[in-house]
Amino acid sequence: MSEHNTHIDEHRDDEASKLGMWLFIFTELLLFGGLFLVYSIFRAQYPANFHESSLELSVTIGVINTVVLLFSSMTIAMSITAIQKKNKKLTLALIGVTILMAFIFLVNKYFEWGHKFEHGLYPGSELMQLLERGHHLYFSLYFFMTGLHALHIVIGMVLLVIAYVKVNKGSIKHDKFVFLENGALYWHLVDLIWIFLFPLLYLIS
Amino acid sequence: MDNNGSHITEYKVLIRILFILLLCTFITIEITSFDLAAFTVTAALLIAGFKSYLVLSYFMHLKYESLLLRILVSMVFLLFFVIVLITFIDYSFR
Repeated sequence: MSEHNTHIDEHRDDEASKLGMWLFIFTELLLFGGLFLVYSIFRAQYPANFHESSLELSVTIGVINTVVLLFSSMTIAMSITAIQKKNKKLTLALIGVTILMAFIFLVNKYFEWGHKFEHGLYPGSELMQLLERGHHLYFSLYFFMTGLHALHIVIGMVLLVIAYVKVNKGSIKHDKFVFLENGALYWHLVDLIWIFLFPLLYLIS
Repeated sequence: MDNNGSHITEYKVLIRILFILLLCTFITIEITSFDLAAFTVTAALLIAGFKSYLVLSYFMHLKYESLLLRILVSMVFLLFFVIVLITFIDYSFR
């Protein structure tokens, strides 16, 4: 260790922290993977119904949300570059932009879901009970998968807000930023899941 | 490997990756607007696979992580692939 005032915790192990985060990400991948599997089996069983239902979704909102998530994924990756280069201001700005993008995503989702709720289409509604089995399954999966994904967005936002505060306070800095790294990994996971959700639910018909 | 010696991904690289990801998204939208049945699904999933490869290697930094981590991640995807395969074999021959 050098003579500088860099205090390194005796029990600190960034590699292990990251490995732990990855192990958690694996469980998340398999959770969504299971849902994708359920989706594909039912899609194989009710191809016509799944096709008709997917036409109900707005591709425009889907595209906007995809662009928003991809962009936010880049900004959070950049925030790590910024902290490594000791640029605290830029790090804060980039985390801030990412949180803003997450918020825009949720606002979009609110309008998308709200539109369906207005037409009486929501889990457990009377309309849902009357739908054909294939349509019912499609919309149940749609609400469950995008809902679970949106929950992950909210959790990711909380993590990023904590990271923002920590960077601001100086407890995350150029030689100690594993919390930001793990938060970013979680945020990329959210993006990764959306990369598959978007074509499967919105595009393939 | 501690963080002091770890790899720094340049801003330029990240911007380039975002550009490729956006391009892939629009290619997916274009492809799925034609109705080519099974080909459309395969193409969309292949592009999604390529996109996730880019996110994993560059945004999630896997390209510069230890071999252990890279093997672990590949194993998880392999495991998922095997699960899908077994489920579909079961589904097709029921």
